[in-house]
Order: sequence, then structure tokens, then C-alpha cells
Amino acid sequence: MRHLLSTKDLSRHDAVALLDIAEDMADVAGRDIKKLPALRGRTVVNLFFEDSTRTRVSFEVAAKRLSADVINFSAKGSSVSKGESLKDTAQTLAAMGADAVVIRHSASGAPLVLAESGWIDAGIVNAGDGTHEHPTQALLDAFTIRRRLHGAASRGRDLDGVTVTIVGDILHSRVARSNVWLLTTLGASVTLVAPGTLLPVGIGDWPVEASYDLDAAIDAAPDVVMMLRIQAERMNAAFFPNAREYSRQWGLDDDRLARLPAASMVMHPGPMNRGLEISANAADSSRSTVLEQVANGVSIRMAVLYHLLSGSEVGA
Amino acid sequence: MTARSVLQQADITRALTRISHEILESNRGSSDLILLGIPTRGVILARRIAAILDSIEPGSGTVGAIDVTMYRDDLSRNPTRAPSPTDIPAGGIDGKTVILVDDVLYSGRTIRAALDALSDLGRPRAVRLAVLVDRGHRELPIRADFVGKNLPTSTEERINVRLAEIDDSEEVTIE
Repeated sequence: MRHLLSTKDLSRHDAVALLDIAEDMADVAGRDIKKLPALRGRTVVNLFFEDSTRTRVSFEVAAKRLSADVINFSAKGSSVSKGESLKDTAQTLAAMGADAVVIRHSASGAPLVLAESGWIDAGIVNAGDGTHEHPTQALLDAFTIRRRLHGAASRGRDLDGVTVTIVGDILHSRVARSNVWLLTTLGASVTLVAPGTLLPVGIGDWPVEASYDLDAAIDAAPDVVMMLRIQAERMNAAFFPNAREYSRQWGLDDDRLARLPAASMVMHPGPMNRGLEISANAADSSRSTVLEQVANGVSIRMAVLYHLLSGSEVGA
Repeated sequence: MTARSVLQQADITRALTRISHEILESNRGSSDLILLGIPTRGVILARRIAAILDSIEPGSGTVGAIDVTMYRDDLSRNPTRAPSPTDIPAGGIDGKTVILVDDVLYSGRTIRAALDALSDLGRPRAVRLAVLVDRGHRELPIRADFVGKNLPTSTEERINVRLAEIDDSEEVTIE
């Protein structure tokens, strides 16, 4: 594996292997010296054309724990705001000797362009591109589910038979897409719940069930309910009448939380709109995995960077 | 070239028993002793030595595993290696006598990596090294304190250690 652009082309074997490496990385977080020398002398560039706190910081912590040098590059305050193209930016980074580029971009496919253009000879990690994919988020979600279900015995396990319901803005969600491909590859069955206006065209070809009815999905007692953020910045049309209407029909409120089985997990990729797609009680309950997801994100990103950068290019 | 058997099951058991006694003798008992195996077969050997120690002095023989993958100096020359779990016994290694256990001692680079890994995990009082086979050809100033068998080899030869727990037979062969 040279780049991580999508979860669609990850085999079950590769995905489980990444999750297993992340288990070892998670052990490092519990030590006094939270550092491994594996990527000493390598340079990781965080190239963020879109706002992000947790993903960028998570990648930065992950790279630093592996002893790589990290360069943070955000579009604001860089030459991009003066009109520099992606090509020139990439070639500049290549000239500086970047070994891996973690890229977030508002255009779907920007990481693929970087990987295939030949502008830069570095491993490319997709940290979210437009409404396409966010593979490390899906990996950390799968990792979180596996750890909650199997605890210390997680190594080597897949997610066969786990039922996951993803609720909210599927149309604009790269998190949902990456999760659909990864979770189904790992053997989970996925149900998508959203207003009809927020379900993408062509969803019939996805390996999922789709529904408009959150109450029915809750009563089906899924193992995992994953709430997605309503992305105000991508809401350029009237997808639902208003926030209160959305919250009543598709929000995880206290009543729906109480109807979930006690063992069900409530996940959210963050940042949360409390009171809109998720109530404060649901977000703060012991079933919520929100903070575990953040902690696990570091382990997963360490595993991905290690996997992309540690081996030789000839042998890998 | 065909494989030649150099240690049979009984030889391996005898060697591990002798190493166990030597460990107790040099440590003057089993206090503050931690055995850390280097994956994969070093972990199995460490468990066996711990069991023998426990039969000689009940209550001794705390055992764990230390993965050295992330500390290797050849990471960028080989295909990506998947790490193995590190398992440090509760109580940590600070102030303890750590016995590193591996199957074959060759260049010494694995042990160098293990020493680096140990220093990130704590500060042992002393570190010793026990190996089943020492085949020579050291590339670093490292030596074993407890050796099952010294096997003079040429660099073209391969030493295979098979252990009943994970292989279908138990012997050490040279080919």
C-alpha cells in the first residue's frame, strides 16, 4: 500500500491488519514515553485546504509519536490564498523532500490527483476530500466499534454480524461513504437513515439498506448508531424545512436514546451540533464513544503513517 | 541443501532447564526477575523458562513480551513489518532485573533494538540476555549471558528453530 485514498479498495485482510497495528500503537499511548523511533528522519506534511482541528491535530500527534518531522500547511496564510495552484504547491513540497502528504481538500478527488499526477513522489493520505471519502475516520470508527465489542481480545477480529445505523446528512458525508465501504468489507451490515433529500442518487447500488424512518431503525436495536453532523457549510439548498423539524424527525433525542438497547454505542465523528442531530444527554452518556473516537484516531493515523512510510519502496 | 538437525526436543528442554538454573544462580534467587521474550519464538521460550523457574522456586518467573519492530534499524530497507504486541507485566520494569529471551543470536541488531525499546519503557536495574542458539557473526558489541548451544555457522547457512506451540515439530535445524 503506497497511498490511502479510499476505503473502497481496502481488502478485509488489509483493513484488519491496519486495525491490529493500531492496537499496538494504542498501547504506546499508555506509556510514560509516548514515542516510537520508527519514522525518524521522515517528513510528513499536513496540507489542509479546509478547516479542521481534530483531524489535523490527530495526524500531527500521530506523526510526532512516530518521530517524524511534521510541517503544517493550511491554505489560509499560505501562497494558496495568493492563487497558487495545487500543482505548484505539490511541487514545492516535493522539492522540500516530503515523504508523506496528508491532504484535506474541498474538491472530491484532489488526493487522487496528487497521487497520480507525478507532481510529487510521496505517500498520499486522504484526510477528507469534498463529499467523497475520509478513510482514516472510517478506520477509527471500525477500531472503536471493535474495541468496545471485544476489548483486549480485538486483534485479528472483523465485524461480522455487527449492525450499524448511520443517520443524517448522507448526501454530503464523506464519513458515511468511507464507513459504508469499510464496515461492509469487514462484515457489518449498514443501514442509512436520512430525509429523502439527503440520500444520494444511486444509493441502490450501495451494499446497504436505506430508510427514512429513524424510529423504526432505533426499534430494530442496532449495535451502533452513528449520528452525522448537519453540515451547514454545504447546505446550499433547502434540504429540510428547518432545524427543529430535522431534530424532531432525525435527531437522537433523549426519548430515542432511552429506547436503544443498553449495549448499543452512540457514535459521532464530530464536531457535534448539540441539540440538532444529537441531544446533550446522548452525547455525554456512557454509550457515547465520541471521546474514544478522538483518542483512537491518533492510534489509527499512527498505523496508517507507519504502514505507508516504514517499508522500502521496492519491497512494499 | 538438506536440513541437518542439531537440537532435538529433549536437547531443547535440557538447555532451557540449564539456563533457568544459571539465571537463578547468577541472580542469587528469583527476586525482582522479569523475563521478556522477543516475538515470536522468544516469547514462547520465555514462557517455558518462566515455567521451569516456577517449578524450582514457586512464585518466581514473571513473564512478558517486548516487540522491537519499531526500533529496528532496517525498517526502511524491508517491506513493512507488522508489529507484535508488547506485554509488560504489571508493576513495570523499573528497578527489576530483565532477562531478554530470543531464539537465535546472530548480528545482535535485534538485541540492540530491544535495549532501545526497554529504555523507553523504564529503567531496569540490570538487563541480561538468554538465547537458545548463538550462531556467531556479531555486528555489534553484544553478547549473551545464557546460551543454550553455541553453533559455529557460515553466513550462508540458515538456522531454523521450530517449537511445538506454533510449529508442527520441535527441533533446531541448520541448512
